[in-house]
Amino acid sequence: MVRISEAWRPGRRGVLRGAAGLGAAALLPAGAARAQDFAGRTIEWVIPMSVGGGSDTWARFHLPFLQRNLPGSPTVVVRNITGGGGINGTNQFAGRARPDGLMILGTTASIQFPFLLGDPRVRYDYAQWVPVLASPTGGVMYVRPELGVRGPQDFARLKAAQGLRFGSQGPTSLDIVPALAFEMLGLDVQIVFGMQGRGQGRLAFERGETPIDYQTSSAFISQVMPLVREGKAVPLCSWGVMNDAGEIVRDPNFPDLPHFAEFAQAATGSPPSGPAWEAWRALFIAGFAAQKFVVLPRTTPAGIVNAYKAAFARTLADPEYKEKRGPVIGEYDEVTGPAADRHYAAATTMSADTRQWTREWLLRRFNHRLGGDN
Amino acid sequence: MLDALLSALIALSEPERLLYMALGVGIGYAIGVLPALGGLAGLSLVLPFIYGLDQVSALAMLVGLVAVAATADTYSSILMGIPGSSASQATILDGFPMARRGEAARALSASFLASMIGGLVGAVILTAAVQVARPLILALGTAELFMLAVLGLSMVGVLAGRSFSKGLVACGMGLALGTVGAAPATSEYRNDFGTLYLSDGLPLPVLVLAIFALPEIVDLARGGGTISKTAELGRGWIAGMRDIARHWWLLLRTSSIGSVLGAIPGLGGSVTDWIVYGHAVQTEKNGQFGKGDVRGVIAVEASNNAREGGALVPTLFFGIPSSGSMAVFLGGMTLIGIEAGPQLVGERLDLTYAIIWSLAIANVMGTLLCFATSPLIARLTTIRFGLIAPFMVMIVCFGAFNTSRDIADLLLLLAVGAMAMFMRRFGWPRPPFVVGFVLAQPMETYLYQAVQFYGWGFLQRPGVLIILGLIVVFVALGARQRKLADTEDESPKAGASAMPQALFALVPAALFALVFWDATKHSFLGAVFPLMIAGVMLPIALVISGRLAFASRPGRLRHDGEQDADPEQGGFWTYLLWFAGLILGTVLVGFLLASIVFFLAFLRWPARCSWTTTLTLTTIANAGLVAVADILVLDFPGGLLQSLVDLPWPLR
Repeated sequence: MVRISEAWRPGRRGVLRGAAGLGAAALLPAGAARAQDFAGRTIEWVIPMSVGGGSDTWARFHLPFLQRNLPGSPTVVVRNITGGGGINGTNQFAGRARPDGLMILGTTASIQFPFLLGDPRVRYDYAQWVPVLASPTGGVMYVRPELGVRGPQDFARLKAAQGLRFGSQGPTSLDIVPALAFEMLGLDVQIVFGMQGRGQGRLAFERGETPIDYQTSSAFISQVMPLVREGKAVPLCSWGVMNDAGEIVRDPNFPDLPHFAEFAQAATGSPPSGPAWEAWRALFIAGFAAQKFVVLPRTTPAGIVNAYKAAFARTLADPEYKEKRGPVIGEYDEVTGPAADRHYAAATTMSADTRQWTREWLLRRFNHRLGGDN
Repeated sequence: MLDALLSALIALSEPERLLYMALGVGIGYAIGVLPALGGLAGLSLVLPFIYGLDQVSALAMLVGLVAVAATADTYSSILMGIPGSSASQATILDGFPMARRGEAARALSASFLASMIGGLVGAVILTAAVQVARPLILALGTAELFMLAVLGLSMVGVLAGRSFSKGLVACGMGLALGTVGAAPATSEYRNDFGTLYLSDGLPLPVLVLAIFALPEIVDLARGGGTISKTAELGRGWIAGMRDIARHWWLLLRTSSIGSVLGAIPGLGGSVTDWIVYGHAVQTEKNGQFGKGDVRGVIAVEASNNAREGGALVPTLFFGIPSSGSMAVFLGGMTLIGIEAGPQLVGERLDLTYAIIWSLAIANVMGTLLCFATSPLIARLTTIRFGLIAPFMVMIVCFGAFNTSRDIADLLLLLAVGAMAMFMRRFGWPRPPFVVGFVLAQPMETYLYQAVQFYGWGFLQRPGVLIILGLIVVFVALGARQRKLADTEDESPKAGASAMPQALFALVPAALFALVFWDATKHSFLGAVFPLMIAGVMLPIALVISGRLAFASRPGRLRHDGEQDADPEQGGFWTYLLWFAGLILGTVLVGFLLASIVFFLAFLRWPARCSWTTTLTLTTIANAGLVAVADILVLDFPGGLLQSLVDLPWPLR
């Protein structure tokens, strides 16, 4: 945490914008009492990802509900600012958003990860924001049937399998979660990078090039379940979900599958522990269990923040939302209020020791250097 | 299967659904005609409106938009030499020279018909292939994908023009620039100089605009007059139809190639374009390719509409979008509650056919619309160019910064555009540059992955050997053909002094040296591809430079288009400096203010307009610009002024 806070030095531009923001805030109080009314205003929802991607679709799904439920029914527009795998748009939000509730940010795993791992290109700090919505998802690991592995009871066979390969999007992408899982299980998996999206990884699996793969829940249900039914894929475990107490439990979408910690315990005989487990846990939460957030600057007046929380609470209770969310969000419960705060705290912090261990592991395992420490 | 097909057609024939499709076609048309926007922008515009529509209507609208955008973007490629989207790069090579010859009408007519037939052929192939597409696609592994990239690269042979060595180096430059950004095997950032912008790699749309559009705009501005040298449209509408009838076999071939290559996930649309164009040059006899051969237009336009159909295969059946617009299409499907995947073929075959046949019907609708409005739009080529030039500059800039919305897009446009002007002047072929650029990433990625998955034995896989055989056949065919012309110039000109040419050849040499030096800092897997390219290309570029410095006669190597420059024309540098002025202005005061000043100054002085005309055109152009930016939720690139003062939108 320390290093990142130090990196958070606003440039002249930032200072000027900050000053302008304070100026605007000074003008606000009269309005602040009534700040909950956004009538006639346009709210920008910054999505640092490209149009048509997961985050973009998620935001666009929420858009009409948010417009309807915010006081004054403002116009909400999605502004896609791409670049640097999401870092660029998030940096811009960090430098530009004022505490007036007119600019919000949708974050996702690939924005959390570089922050947690101390990527030097990051100019944002999650501590400067406050969440108003948290959106979880999950993932499922599966293998090809030729391996003869049906579950944790066949782990010895999995461990002895020759030529285990996994298609990854990159060392610090979402696919670090399965990579750490293989590490903890002691599996000798050859990790092949350069996959553009999980879809390409799945294609490599279907072609037989990679015998082990995982997908996030919605893609698993729509793309891999048909293969499972045809006997062309065997699910081994889900990553799990985080309950209100912060414990990892079985994924309600896959109640028959063990979650990863269960699988690891059954396979290796002891519950997972140690720095690799700490790293896995932190990145699993930031990458899956609390993958997406809607945030505002922390300095935003409570009235505005509460207006957003109330708006999302109304959305989550809306029968139309529940009916339509399936293809976009899956059967996971998005949360706002105190539950979102808990998710946020878990997903945006990593102990200095764990961060250091993870950076060293990346260097040792993949010869991948994140920069910023030399 | 027949039931599903019939029920899809019945569902589509409901008037309300046809109306939504027509709406999609209308929006797609508007977006397509406005250059540099492309179907992607259009799709993001309609996403908010598809809520609440029934699934078939929403799909019809989305598909209508995608289909027609690939037809209508031909306008700017043929009439202005500006690639309408990355789907019609290769159309420029022959379409624009035709327009300059006064054959705009013929080129447009042939292109629209080719688009329509290509789209229909694509739909037919898809209908037949729905059930077998999945195993066929899965049969193509990373090894075969690598070989397809090599097939694309082999097209450089016929695209290189007069001098093969210059073509090779141009291709090498594209390959070298294609390695900028994260290395596929290790995610190391190459040549990024610590910037976020370069860490994503260079954006293709900016490079294509810089390579093809800018040099032509400058050339036209110098010549004065109109785009059509005869200031006529030509009565070519019938001629274009006759061209289509005469070249039906080429049309059929390129449509099929387009739809098959389009269906392969991970190859990319512009690769398909260049393979198809190269195929036409390799196989058609007595070609005048590059100088306005209508077959070049037919081949590319037929294939790029067929490709949209093919691209639906990975999108619908695997949930893997093969292009930006397919990604938005997929997002749109998710929003209306349809999940792509194997079950679309199994349980929702009717829906799949509805999508495929929406594509076909929308293609016909779009073609009719394009034909109906063409005579009007083609008049553009008969207007004095001075009046059009600032609009074209604005369009090119807008298209460039709409890609990553960063001021660096404009700086890159200027730098590469200036280089492209010299490439044009000194007879360096530009298509191989783009081919190299679009193939760099697939080549490196698939080679690395194929070696990881299969070891070097991947070279003995049957699919690899088949594609290798095709490459050998096509290259042999191509060797007997007339080469692609670099410019419309018939004979090489030596240039008064060869020194400028020799010095220019040091530009690629410097680029290779830089890439080589950067690669030495990376791990083996991150470095091996750029090292190989730069290591091979650097000596070649140096030899070219040396031979130019001492070669005495004009020939394949030595050429300077400025040798007998018409003294009536404007200088070589004048309009480049105007453009540089606009970019510099943007760096200082932001794009919108700079654009207003640019319009006022350009129209008043070089274009010699009255103040009334100047003010009117400036207002129209910039108001339009602001309107489009508003619709697209886009900030203009800001400059120094914007970083000092917080201005309201649109000046922000």
